[in-house]
Parts: sequence; C-alpha cells; structure tokens
Amino acid sequence: MSTSASVEVSKLLKAYGSLRAVDGIDFVVPTGEVFSFLGPNGAGKTTTVEILEGLRRRTGGEVRVLGLDPWTQMDRLRTRIGVIPQDFHFFPKLTPLEAIRLYAGLFDVKADAAGLLARVELTDKADARFDTLSGGQRQKLGVALALVNDPELCFLDEPTTGLDPRARRSIWEVIRNLRREGRTIFLTTHYLDEAQQLSDRIAIINQGRIIATGSPDEIISRYGRTERLRVVAEPALADRLAALGFTVERDNGALEVELRSKADALRILETIVNSGLAWESFSTRTDTLEDVFIRLVGRLEDGSLPASTPPEARA
Amino acid sequence: MNLRRVATYFPAFARGYLRNPLGLFMSLIFPVILILIFGAVFSNSGTSQVPLTVENLDHGSAASIDFLQALNATGAVAITVVSPDVGNLSTYLAHHSLSAGLVIPAGFAADVANRTPVHLLVFTNPASGSEAGIVEGAVEGAANGLNLHLAGGTDVVIPQFLNVGSTVYTYIDYLVPGLIGFSVLVSPMFSMVNISSTWKRDKLFRQLSLTPLSRAEWLTATFLWYVAIATLSAGLLIGIGRLVFGAHVTLTLLALPFLVVGPILFVSLGLLAGSVSNTPESAGVIGNIITFPMMFLSGTFFPVSLFPPWLVTVAHVLPLYYVIDGLNAAMVFDNPPAVYIDLLVVSVLAVVLAVVAARAFRWRED
Repeated sequence: MSTSASVEVSKLLKAYGSLRAVDGIDFVVPTGEVFSFLGPNGAGKTTTVEILEGLRRRTGGEVRVLGLDPWTQMDRLRTRIGVIPQDFHFFPKLTPLEAIRLYAGLFDVKADAAGLLARVELTDKADARFDTLSGGQRQKLGVALALVNDPELCFLDEPTTGLDPRARRSIWEVIRNLRREGRTIFLTTHYLDEAQQLSDRIAIINQGRIIATGSPDEIISRYGRTERLRVVAEPALADRLAALGFTVERDNGALEVELRSKADALRILETIVNSGLAWESFSTRTDTLEDVFIRLVGRLEDGSLPASTPPEARA
Repeated sequence: MNLRRVATYFPAFARGYLRNPLGLFMSLIFPVILILIFGAVFSNSGTSQVPLTVENLDHGSAASIDFLQALNATGAVAITVVSPDVGNLSTYLAHHSLSAGLVIPAGFAADVANRTPVHLLVFTNPASGSEAGIVEGAVEGAANGLNLHLAGGTDVVIPQFLNVGSTVYTYIDYLVPGLIGFSVLVSPMFSMVNISSTWKRDKLFRQLSLTPLSRAEWLTATFLWYVAIATLSAGLLIGIGRLVFGAHVTLTLLALPFLVVGPILFVSLGLLAGSVSNTPESAGVIGNIITFPMMFLSGTFFPVSLFPPWLVTVAHVLPLYYVIDGLNAAMVFDNPPAVYIDLLVVSVLAVVLAVVAARAFRWRED
C-alpha cells in the first residue's frame, strides 16, 4: 500500500454464479483527490463501491482502502471513512440534530452538531423531522452524518440524484470544501457534467470492466473527437465542403465540420460566404465528458472495445 | 458488546418509536381501549343478577312473600313486582322487552297451607339461554326449599359456590393477563415486521452497519425497548383493571420474566418474518398470518378451556398461549409449578427464534 493512495484495487472480481458483475478491474485513488467512478446502470459501479465500503464480500482480487481490507478489517475502517449511500434514508421521526448526536455517540466522538449543520446549510432544519425534509435536505443530512467521524475518505454514491439544480450546486460546494480540507472523495454519479466539474480523476466502468481512466481532460482528449465548426446553413453546403476535403456530419439540422487546424475555420467561413447559400449561425464545439462517455459506452454495445482502451480493460 | 453504544442507540430508537402514532397506539393505547371495552362488558358477569318480573296474583299473602324472599335470597335474580292489573304477564313482558317473568297464582297461600299442588308460571326467552337457565334454576331452588320446609325436612348437603382459588374472581381478573399477553405479542410483532422489511428496503440496516454499532448491540437495544414497552403496558393494564374494574391482579415476581422473554420471543419472530420477505407488503401479510390466529387462539380474550378439543391442540402450538397461561398461573392462580413450565417453553422458543432471526437478518451482504 502506497502512502499516497487512499484506495488501491487490483484484479477485483465479483461473481454471482456465472455472471461477473466486476471482472478483474484495477485502479488507484490518490489521497486528497476527487475520484469519480462512472458507468451506465448495471455496469458494476455500485457493486465495486460496496466492496470498497466493506458492505459486500469480493470474489477475488486485492482491495486496500486506507491500507485496510474493507471486508475483514471493517471495524477499523468504518471509523476512518464516511459514506453517503445512494438515495439516502434515515429514521423518519428523528431530526438532523438528533441524528448527528446519535452518530457522534456511536462513533464516540465530540461532534459540533451545529457546525456540521451549518456546513451543509441545514441549520434552519435542525429540529425538523427527517420525513419532512426535501430530497436535497436529506442528501445534505447524509453528507453531515458522513462527516461526523471526521473521515479521511468519503464515499459519495450519487449524492445529487433527483436534486434540483440549486441543491446540486450546493452539494458540489460541500464536495469542493471537503477536497480543500485534504479529504479523498470517491464519487459515483450519473451526471457527467458533475464529474467533469468536480473530479481530479475519472474511471469509466462498463460491463464489469474499466474502459477509461484519467483526468477529465485526458479522457476527453484521448477518446473525444477533434474540435468542430457547427454551422446552421442550407444542406447543399455539406457537398461544397466535402468537395474541399472536409469531414462533414449532419447533426440535428446543422452541419458539423471537423477542424484539423485553426486555419480550417477560416477556409470554411470563406467557402460559406462565397457560396451564396443561406446560413444562420456558426460556432465551434469540442466534445464534453458526456459526449465521450456516450461514445465509449455506446461503442461497447456491439461488444467491441474502443481503439485506445487501456491495457487493463483488455485483460 | 459495547453497552455505551446500546445506551446511545436506545433513546434514539425509543424517540422514533414514540413519535410514530401507529406504534404508540398499538403498543399502549389499543390494549387500554380493549380492557375498557371488554372490562365494561364483562366485568360484572360473575355477580350480575337476571331481571325477573313477578306478577303476584295472591295479593301479598305471607306465603307468597316468603317465597319471593327465598327467591331473592338466591342472589341470582333481581325481582321487580308488577301490579296484577297488568293482565297477561307474557304480553306485558313482550311489550316491555323483558326476558323473564314469574306468575304466583291466586290462592297460592291457601294451596300451600293445604298441601295442594300449586303451579308457578315461569316465562323465559329461549334466545337468552343463560338467563333462562339462571331464572329456572333460581325458581326451582326456591320451590325445592319451600317443599322441603313443608315436608319438615332439614338441609343436609349444602353446596357453597366459590370461584377458583377461594377468592371472588371475575372475568376482568382473567382478562388482564390475557391483554398483557396481547400487548407482549402485538407491539413487537407488528413493528418488527415493519421495521425489518422497510429498513431493509430503505437500506437503514446498511446505514447502521457503517457505524460502530454492531448487530448484537442493535438487537439488545431493540429487545430492551420492547421489554420496557411491555412492562409499561402491563402496568397500565393492571392499574386500569384494579382501579376501574376492581380486578384482583398484581404484577408478581413470577409474572415479570414473561415481560422479558415474551418480547424477546416476538421481536425475534417479527424480525424473522420481515427478514425472509422480499417487500414490506409481503412482510405485512406474513406478519398478519402469524399474529392474528395467535391473538385469538391463545386465550387472550376467551379462556382456552372453552375451545373444542381440536382448537385446544392448535392453541398449544402457539407461543402466546404459554405466555398468557404463565401470566394467569402467576397472577391469578398463584401456581409456581405451572409458571415454571410455561416459562421454560417461552424461554426455549425465545432463544431459538432469537438465534435464527439474528442469522437471517444481515447488516452486510456476501
């Protein structure tokens, strides 16, 4: 176990009979980083996270979380990690203040309940019962409870699912603050923009295998398409540009032309103006993490792997 | 086992429970409602008198008055004498919705003095079977006494009617232990079936497993809570039984173990029912299938001795039967050997079910 890694996973396997939910994956989460674990439903994401949290026994491979085996050393691990499960629920008749005091008592720590509630902007709901809280307020309580024991590593399993944009951004701010405090964050999310905004490093899992790892920029540059010029113009323009050697795609009533260099943009605009064809607007566009994710996962639907798939995913 | 964590979790669980109106109703309020209803209906059944309307056509003769006094002395009937002007007593009874009447014919005193057979007319309502029997028995008893006296005989065999235990017990005395058993069953069963299934659905067990609280500590705190609730409910039922209905029951030392092992048994059974169910809905069905027959067939509201033999056999396989039988043996009959046998049965069942339930419900998944 290296001291700079909070999570180390090597050839992790989880099988249910002949089904391999997690199929020999490897990854490392450096300490102090926000690590996002992405994948479509049924990809093996939740199974992996639950193995790391010590809630599920693995079939094979090696896992170290803060240097501990999460299944056999759960007693030591649980005081050092904080977990916000997906769709967080709590005892419906307890208030956030009572919940924090309960957790503080169970962890045998002196928690600043008012401070924790203030940190997640839940002070005005301190005495409201859980079953009266909104979805966002419940998730915030989940975050507060995950911090009661002052954890080194926080697992946030889809912490913003179902929240309105304002509540999502509020949770994002809490996550950024946790990172600033030097904590490691293991984040799973369905929102690719969230992962792109918050993550230092990302792993994408599909059908039990890791298909891409790296920083958001690295993944986009490795798997994304080149920059494109998007033009809303008459369709006939596509033939003119193709005749000049440009790669043109039709997308939702617009034309997308691949830019091999900055000079290409000027040539295309000149062609448009000189053609006499009608046009409305143009803009440049680069792939987002979501575009890359959809391309990677979509490409795998037919069973093939992306050309630049990392070696571990091919194992 | 860390008792500090048990002590930390216990009040949180209690607070959540007490803030749930349904749980509070089922565990404390519902048994109180039942004792008030059943107590009001049946508490006087051991001493109540059947109303008897008497038409004395012998116009206050000494013999007829002596006979009525003898009838009154049986204590079985409450006599109301109506005027002979009412005419046909049967019609009068029907018009006034009365179920029992007696006509002392004119010339009753003279016939008695002359040793001439005289017929008393007794009207009863066949629909009120027990009341009819009481009236007929009382009139027959008074008539036999009069006949014996006229024959110059002396009472030799004199029965004396007492309740079991040589104390005057009424229905309420048997109802109180039954309802304590009801409370010991219902409160943990219904709430544990609900808790174990909905908490599983909402992943609350998983949530707790991420804290240092262990399964054993959670179970201990849960057991303690239901023991507390059962004891509180027993105190309420005994208090109401004594103060409102004059019940002759006390919470003896022999009864106390049932308030400990009983809740452990039914917490375990409820936990097991919820753990083996896939959804809260199916858990509720399984819980009801277990709870309702046990509620009615274990002697809660009616003595098992009134059941037909095959139903008695069924009662004997229900755990609650041994709780109620033991409570009765401890609180009504003061019969320690019977208490020990029932306690042994309940304890063995509690231990077995607690072990099985603890293995069936999991914090973590393999």
